[in-house]
Amino acid sequence: MGGVGLGPYLMVGAVLFVCGVVCMATKRNAIGVLMGVELVLNGANVNFAAFSRYTSLGLDGQTTALFVIVLAAAEAAVALAIALNFYNNHLTIDVDSGNELHG
Amino acid sequence: MTDELLFWVFSILVCGGAIAVVATQNVVRMAFWLVVSLGSVAALFFLLHADFLGAAQLLIYVGGTVVLLVFGVMLTASGPYVQIRTSPAEMIFGATVGGGLFFVLFSSIGWVDWVSLSARLPATPAIPAASDYAQESRAGQQVTVAGSSSPAAELDAQQQQGRTIRQLGLGFLGLRPDRNLKEGGTRGLAPGYLLPFEIISIHLLVVLIGASYLARAKRRVDRNESRGLG
Repeated sequence: MGGVGLGPYLMVGAVLFVCGVVCMATKRNAIGVLMGVELVLNGANVNFAAFSRYTSLGLDGQTTALFVIVLAAAEAAVALAIALNFYNNHLTIDVDSGNELHG
Repeated sequence: MTDELLFWVFSILVCGGAIAVVATQNVVRMAFWLVVSLGSVAALFFLLHADFLGAAQLLIYVGGTVVLLVFGVMLTASGPYVQIRTSPAEMIFGATVGGGLFFVLFSSIGWVDWVSLSARLPATPAIPAASDYAQESRAGQQVTVAGSSSPAAELDAQQQQGRTIRQLGLGFLGLRPDRNLKEGGTRGLAPGYLLPFEIISIHLLVVLIGASYLARAKRRVDRNESRGLG
């Protein structure tokens, strides 16, 4: 096997995931929320790569991690376009002011 | 030994960067800490022998996505010193919930016996390029240095494994040379990832066209009018 084993990599992935979730929940800046999403996706990617290395699953994990990277790039582009539109309409990026659809 | 040292250094950088992203209130500093964290994740990918994945992480994430986010920060900055702050009560509540979630994940990772679980998987070599590379390197060493010790070459190959670009490319083309479907069957090779690759390509194209359509230049809302409404 070699290296540190599967567990420490999963711990790093868990730390990234929790930081991303807390970042998504507490930030009021929409760009900060996007950064939280990136952290969550990276935690998942670390797990995929670690399972690909330390189990007999082969390259499936790395392939899935590449798909996740491409999807994250697409998500960032769309979310940034939405944030720019939001800023054009509201002149702020605070997500608390986006309550127009509130009944 | 070097692997473990590098792992601990980069994992501390990953976790510290992620925690700093959460703790910082300035968006530009958040972007900087995000670069630190994602770059260290790329280093972890290199340590996991996923060389193409690490390179893609550096190129796409650190080089592309974070730059996109920084552009977003610059285009939406309402003032040089205006910061949207989270209230301390919300931060404490979020930290408590995050701590609980981390405890759940930590304990479940610790309780599962990963070794016995992975022993139940079908036995194929993890990255089978390693054995090919071992033979290749052994042959090369025999050509260059006649009569060299083959265990040294094997150890060298074990340390240098991780050439995954050819396997990943063949997998995206629909071939899986590293995994056999059935021993001695008519269809020897397992199917690869051609259909997901095509779907994700079209998805990325559609998404980028839609994003550029959404973010096109429009007439700005009049500032005073919006202030009056708000």
